[in-house]
Amino acid sequence: MLASFRTLFRYRALISSLVARELRARYRGSVLGVVWSFVNPLLLLLIYTFVFTVVMPAAHPPELQPFALFLFAGILPWTWFSSSLLESTNVLIAGGNLIKKVMFPAEVLPIVTVLAGLVHFCFGLPILVAFLIYYRVPVAPTDLLWFPLVVLIQLVLTTGLALLVSALTVHFRDVRDLLANLLTLWFFATPIIYPISQAPERVRRLLNLNPFTHLAVAYQEVLFRPGPFSQVPRLAAVAVASGVIFLVGYFVFDRLRDTFAEEV
Amino acid sequence: MNAIEARDVHKVYRRYGRRKQFATLKSALLTGSVLRDLHPDAVFEALKGVSFDVARGRTFGIVGRNGSGKSTMLKLIAGIGKPTSGTVRVEGRVSALIELGAGFHPEISGRENVFINGLMLGLSRREIARRFDEIVRFAELEEFIDAPVKTYSSGMYMRLGFAVAINVDPDVLLVDEVLAVGDESFTHKCLDKFAEFRRRGRTILLVTHSLDLVTRFCDEALWLDAGVAKLQGDPKRVIDAYLMAVAGTENIQLAARQPEPPDPGSPVPDSGPADMFKAGEGRWGSREAEITRVETIGASGQPAHLFQSGERVEIRLHVRANQRLRDFAFGVGIFNAEGVCCYGTNTLIDGGVADELAGEGLVIFAIDALNLVEGTYKLDVAVHRQDGVPYDYHRLLHTFRVKSRLREVGIFRPPHRWSFSGGIRMSGL
Repeated sequence: MLASFRTLFRYRALISSLVARELRARYRGSVLGVVWSFVNPLLLLLIYTFVFTVVMPAAHPPELQPFALFLFAGILPWTWFSSSLLESTNVLIAGGNLIKKVMFPAEVLPIVTVLAGLVHFCFGLPILVAFLIYYRVPVAPTDLLWFPLVVLIQLVLTTGLALLVSALTVHFRDVRDLLANLLTLWFFATPIIYPISQAPERVRRLLNLNPFTHLAVAYQEVLFRPGPFSQVPRLAAVAVASGVIFLVGYFVFDRLRDTFAEEV
Repeated sequence: MNAIEARDVHKVYRRYGRRKQFATLKSALLTGSVLRDLHPDAVFEALKGVSFDVARGRTFGIVGRNGSGKSTMLKLIAGIGKPTSGTVRVEGRVSALIELGAGFHPEISGRENVFINGLMLGLSRREIARRFDEIVRFAELEEFIDAPVKTYSSGMYMRLGFAVAINVDPDVLLVDEVLAVGDESFTHKCLDKFAEFRRRGRTILLVTHSLDLVTRFCDEALWLDAGVAKLQGDPKRVIDAYLMAVAGTENIQLAARQPEPPDPGSPVPDSGPADMFKAGEGRWGSREAEITRVETIGASGQPAHLFQSGERVEIRLHVRANQRLRDFAFGVGIFNAEGVCCYGTNTLIDGGVADELAGEGLVIFAIDALNLVEGTYKLDVAVHRQDGVPYDYHRLLHTFRVKSRLREVGIFRPPHRWSFSGGIRMSGL
C-alpha cells in the first residue's frame, strides 16, 4: 500500500492534467462554458431558497436567518460529495480502455473525479462570498481558518469512499443504482436543509453516527453561526473516522486492483 | 544481459457468470458472503507455464494462432495485470503499442492529449515539452494539433498515438499488431522507426500475425500455442514449424500473403498462379498424388534445418498416390531469402522416365555437397504431370539455413582452389 502511495505521488502531474482536462472537457461545446460552474450552484441555491422561504416558510425555525445562506453552507459541500461518489461508480468502467491497455495506477481515475468535484466546489465559493456580503453576515476571521481544514477532512472522506465504490462497482454493477438511492437517504439524514437542533433527541443520536453530519455542522458553524468555532471535538472525531474510511477504501481498492483489467 | 525474463508464467482468467453476479449482490448483502461469492464459476488458463528470455537489443517476435496467449503475455510484460504464478522481469522503461491513442479524450485538443498521454506513459511534463515538436512532426499533424481529437480521422488519431508512444523512448518496446491498421506509408514509417530502435540497441517485442514481418525483422521468435511455448529460436525455423502445424490442422496451408487461398475441397484441379516464381508461399494442386511430408536430412542422418555449407544433404519427399498414375514427375527448387531461384530441376529434366506411381513412396533428392553461401533458403517441392500441371505443389513452405565459416557473398559456392606463381606469396589458403 505504501508503494502504491509512492507511485501515486509520481503520477501527480498526470492527476493535475486529468483534473484540468476533466474541467475543460465538461463544458466544451456549451455556450456559457466554465460559467456553468458558477451558475449551477447559484440556480440550485435559488431553487432551495424559493422552496423553503416562499413555498414552505414554516419548515425551518424563524431564528435561522438568512436561511438561504444556511442552506448554501450545507448544499455546496454536499453536491461535491454526492456527485463525486456517483461519478466514481462509473469511472473505472468508463476508463476501461485505459486500465486494459495502458499501465498506470487505476486509483488515479476516482481521485481525479473527487478533485474535479473539489474544483467545482471552489468555483461555488465566490457565490457564497457574494451571499455573505449581500446579507452582511459577520464572519470571524478565526472561524475562516477552520474552513480549509474542514475541506481537507471532506476530501479525505470523499476520496476513501470514492475508491471503495469505484472498486466495488467493477464487480457489482448494482452499486451504482444502490448508491444513487442511498445518497438521497443520506442527504436527508444530514442536517443540511434543517438544523441539527431541530431533530428529536433519539434521531439526533443516529444523525451523529453520520460523518457528514459533523462536516455539515462545521461548515454551518464557520459560515453561518456567529461566535467562535465550537466543533473541535466533533471535527477531530470525524477526521479520525475519515482517515480510517480512506485507509479501508484504499485497501479494498488495492486488493481488487489486479482484477480490474479483466472485469471492466 | 536479458531485457525480458519470463519464468514459468501462468495466467488464469476467471469468468463470472452474468446471472451469478446479480445473485451475488443479493446474497452478499444478505449473508455477508462477499468474499466467498467472488469465487469464479469458470477459469480459463491463457498461459500455462511459459518461460523465455529476450536478450537486450534483440528483436523478438511472438507468433501463434488467435487465442494462443500472445497478447496476454504482452500485457503481463507491459505490467497491465500480473501473472497468476511465475515471474516476469523487465529491465528498463517499457512502452507498449497495444492500442494507439488509448486514453485520448475526444473533446480536447491534440496538444493536450499528447501531454496527458505522455504522462500516462510515464514521461515527465518537461520530457514531453522537449519531444513535443518531434511527436507532432512524426504524426504529420502540424496544422491540426490544436483541434479537438474528435475531429481527427482514424489515421490521424493512430499516427498521434503511435508518435507519442514511440517517443517515450523506451528501453523495451512492446508492439501488438498495431501495424496492421495503418496505410502503406505509415507502416513504412513505423518500420523505419523500429529499425532505428534496433540500431540504438533497444529491445523490441513484436506480437503479430504478419509472419513475413517476423522473418524480416526479428532475431528470434517464439511460437505460442494454446498457452504453451512450442518452439523458440531462429525465426524462420519457428515460423516454418508454425506454418506446418497450421497446415496440419487445416489440411491446406494458407500462407500469410497468398492472395487467393487455395481451396482444398475444389473439384476443379487448381493449376496455381500463372507465374509460379512470383507467387508467395502456398500449396496447390489437384491431389491425385500428394507430398505428405518433407524432410531435410544432413550429414548426421537426422532431420535438420541447419547445414554447413558443403554438407551432404538429402531432401526426402514422402509421397502418396491417391490413384495409380503413369504421368508424373518430381521437382525440387531452392530459393534464397530474396526469392532468387538458386537451382531447380525435376526428374523429367534429368532424363527420368515415369513408369508407375502407386500407393506410398519415398523420393530422395541427394545433394553431395550443398555448395550455397550462408543464408536462409526455401524449398519448392512438387509432384506434377509431365506437362507441368501440379498434383501437389509446395511453394516455399520448407526452410533451411546454411551456415558457413567463411563470409563469402553471392549464392553459389563453386568448389574452388587458389594457386599462385611468380612473385606472389600467400599462405593460409
